[in-house]
Amino acid sequence: MPQLTDLLFYAFAGLTLLFGFLCVANPLSRNPVTSAMFLVLTIISMAGLFVLLHAFFLAAVQILVYAGAVMVLFLFVIMLLDLKEEERRKLNAIAVGLGSVAVLGLAGVLVRALIQAKPVIGAGTQPVEGSTKELGRILFQSYLLPFEILSILLLVAMVGVILLSKKELK
Amino acid sequence: MQPGLPHYLAVSALLFSLGLLGVIARRSLLVMYMSLELMLNAANLALVAFSRFNQNLNGQVMVFFIITVAAAEVAVGLALIVALFRKRQTSHVEDLASLKL
Repeated sequence: MPQLTDLLFYAFAGLTLLFGFLCVANPLSRNPVTSAMFLVLTIISMAGLFVLLHAFFLAAVQILVYAGAVMVLFLFVIMLLDLKEEERRKLNAIAVGLGSVAVLGLAGVLVRALIQAKPVIGAGTQPVEGSTKELGRILFQSYLLPFEILSILLLVAMVGVILLSKKELK
Repeated sequence: MQPGLPHYLAVSALLFSLGLLGVIARRSLLVMYMSLELMLNAANLALVAFSRFNQNLNGQVMVFFIITVAAAEVAVGLALIVALFRKRQTSHVEDLASLKL
């Protein structure tokens, strides 16, 4: 008798892969807005997988930062640029064919390695809980310096974006 | 069958392959960029799964850092795309074959 969480895993995994496929290779629409919307759905299904892995904080961050902030930024830029002609372009058949071969090869190698891998010893015994409290303790004790460097990185990115977005790019 | 580490890693591997397919096959800069995000997310999923099944929270901290860096990277990348679009009036990689503006 399968448990509910197991069924949820298969549901979320299937949805993630389905939406991911529709994001990159939607057979019905080549519109970037459609791709962005399916990417949002992919990210939300993936947040479901994070919840199943007991990474509750990361699931919330995933939805807030990715589905919220990053994808809104994507949609803003898509609306800003006029991308009407993208849909009229035809795909490069050679690139798509060779790309598919390369990607199938990569997926085959990865899945084969997974099948041959030995199972983790003691997996599933007293698994960690990704609660905000535990994560925050590690983040502000062991990873304090990387955390501060990250804030500087965000500042640098912000200044860089403002400079890039100025009217005259010198 | 109870989903274990290999199941999550398989999803992650397939998602990464999908992202790679998007980068190779699609010719619009924006869609290629979204595929890059998909690949980053696949790596995140693998890290969270490893963190869960190895009883070690450091993987989740790493994912937290990846999400932040990805947000900064998206901001800079999209600003570059907008600047490029202003100069060249296109975001199609086949029209952007020369290094000169």
